[in-house]
Amino acid sequence: MSQKPFIISAEGVNKSFDGFQAIRDLNFYMDVGELRTVIGPNGAGKTTFLDLITGRTKPDEGKIEFLNTHDVTKMSEYEIYRLGIGRKFQTPTVYTDHSVFENLVLSLEGSRGVFRSLFARLNSTERDRLDEILKTINLGSHRDRKAGALAHGQKQWLEIGMLLAQNARLLLVDEPAAGMTDEETAKTGDLLLSLVGEKHSIIVIEHDMTFVRQISQGRKVTVLHQGHILCEGPVDEVQNDERVLEVYLGRKARAA
Amino acid sequence: MNKRTKIELAIVAVIAVILIFVLPALNASGAVSNFTINVWGKYLCYAILAISVDLLWGYTGLLSLGQALFFALGGYMMGMHLMRMIGDLGQYKKPIPDFLVFLGWEQLPSFWVPFSSFAFSMLMVIVLPAIVATAFGYLAFRSRIKGVYFSILTQALTYGAALMFFRNDMLLGGNNGFTDFKFLLGADVRDAGTQRGLFIASAIVLIAVYGFCRWLTTTKFGLVQRAVRDSETRVLFSGYAAANYKLFVFVVCSVIAGIAGALYVPQVGIINPSEMQPDKSLEIIVWVAVGGRGTLLGPVIGAVAINALKSWATRAYPDLWLIILGGLFILVVLFMPKGIVGLPAQIRGFFAKRKSTETPAAAQPSPTAP
Ligand SMILES: Nc1ncnc2c1ncn2[C@@H]1O[C@H](COP(=O)(O)OP(=O)(O)OP(=O)(O)O)[C@@H](O)[C@H]1O
Ligand SMILES: [Mg+2]
Repeated sequence: MSQKPFIISAEGVNKSFDGFQAIRDLNFYMDVGELRTVIGPNGAGKTTFLDLITGRTKPDEGKIEFLNTHDVTKMSEYEIYRLGIGRKFQTPTVYTDHSVFENLVLSLEGSRGVFRSLFARLNSTERDRLDEILKTINLGSHRDRKAGALAHGQKQWLEIGMLLAQNARLLLVDEPAAGMTDEETAKTGDLLLSLVGEKHSIIVIEHDMTFVRQISQGRKVTVLHQGHILCEGPVDEVQNDERVLEVYLGRKARAA
Repeated sequence: MNKRTKIELAIVAVIAVILIFVLPALNASGAVSNFTINVWGKYLCYAILAISVDLLWGYTGLLSLGQALFFALGGYMMGMHLMRMIGDLGQYKKPIPDFLVFLGWEQLPSFWVPFSSFAFSMLMVIVLPAIVATAFGYLAFRSRIKGVYFSILTQALTYGAALMFFRNDMLLGGNNGFTDFKFLLGADVRDAGTQRGLFIASAIVLIAVYGFCRWLTTTKFGLVQRAVRDSETRVLFSGYAAANYKLFVFVVCSVIAGIAGALYVPQVGIINPSEMQPDKSLEIIVWVAVGGRGTLLGPVIGAVAINALKSWATRAYPDLWLIILGGLFILVVLFMPKGIVGLPAQIRGFFAKRKSTETPAAAQPSPTAP
């Protein structure tokens, strides 16, 4: 177990907001190169879990380690980002007053220092890469438009593009399919699948079970309930699990 | 470079030629009065100050209500040098400034000594505001003090500094400050030629500051800066230490303000703690809002326009000036959110809307007309 490092591991994590326990005794382990889907009912604590990994909120207890070496609970947001952890938020958050291209420039991997930023110029490799990404996310013709003027689905794509530009080791993707057409959803799935490997590990949070099936492909799925892991396993197994049926698909199962 | 930038640069080039060459030449030949040059020199210093405020407020989202402090600090550093240049020509005919003689000093306090050097004083014009801004900014930004809390804190800083400078035991002239300047670089400060030189220097600095800010906003730094303004939290999740970016802008702007203050003092002939009073900082905010926030030309236009208005109004209606200023601010906030600079676009937008609502109405009768 200690041979291969975990891309991310959480142990004994607790977090409550004003007495409400959003995360309870959470233990979570994920291998390098894994694509893990996290599902769970509304308010299960999925987004809060990503907040804890990315430093947006600090846990009351427990530790969260990146590659078994960096305890992210003791780091600030930008330090965590610089480890190579990138995030797409549940509600698309792009720089609305910047152009689509500028959004990508801001996200492009590389120095984040103040003095370097004064004299930073895009070289031709970087420019080509950003143009490539623009093509991938289908926003080539919107290059110079303000990001705030994009449709909801396009903003989702832009934020995915920003993740690509960052070239993160660990991608945290919160409900990427929301606001997308079925076709776009499938395309998002393909994109994520094409990325996953030694270089990129991915956590996807999703409600849409068709999408979950598409991307998990027999991989491990984690079910979160009331801030705790209810069970883990391939999607078919999980969907037939007694406890999951009870709490998550409860009403549906009983109706059937 | 887009069309708007080109137009703006053309305007700036014309203004630069007028300020640096035409007006001084007209003044030298007697066509433009010394009074006019003196007043406009003052406006140029205000314009530099206004750009520094807008770089903080319009471009970075930091509404600093303490920018007058840095202006005054720069002014005081220049003032100290000018006081030393009086030599023993003061009322008491002593080799130290009059107010020190009055306070019972026989010799120059040690911190005054290096201000006999012009070079040292000019260095301090830059260094002192930078040190104060670094210390204050470091603490404020590291503690993630934002929005209105930041504004209040900057206001408190300038108020605290004003109270300090009012004290005689600061040995900086107390509430009278420094005045009765005589020489600068060997020339008589009140001489028309010296004032013209100061006017030209102010114009050059204004154009240089404008150019620097124009450049800064086009760099990647400028991108991050605007990102901090629009969505500071998101910036952290793009890996930028927002606090460092804010600190950098804050220090740069305090230095710009300090330089403006140093140019201002020999032109008005006085510096005292009232320059640091909170209302001074608020006034700059109005200049920027009226001229057009988030642009570089806006603050310049705002500073000049409002101060020209002030010169007239304080003579014509001395009691009403603050009411006029406040009213103007409210009017601009309500009806001209983009300020004077944004007016052409606003008018175009207004007529475009009128047209689009009129056309269907005008088109309606035509089907029934035939
Ligand atoms: N910053 C916060 N302050 C207070 N309560 C919070 C905060 N963040 C999350 N919560 C609460 O924690 C619980 C878990 O929220 P979370 O957003 O993690 O759920 P989720 O699983 O992502 O749900 P959804 O599927 O609706 O996105 C919710 O009840 C939420 O109200
Ligand atoms: Mg959520």
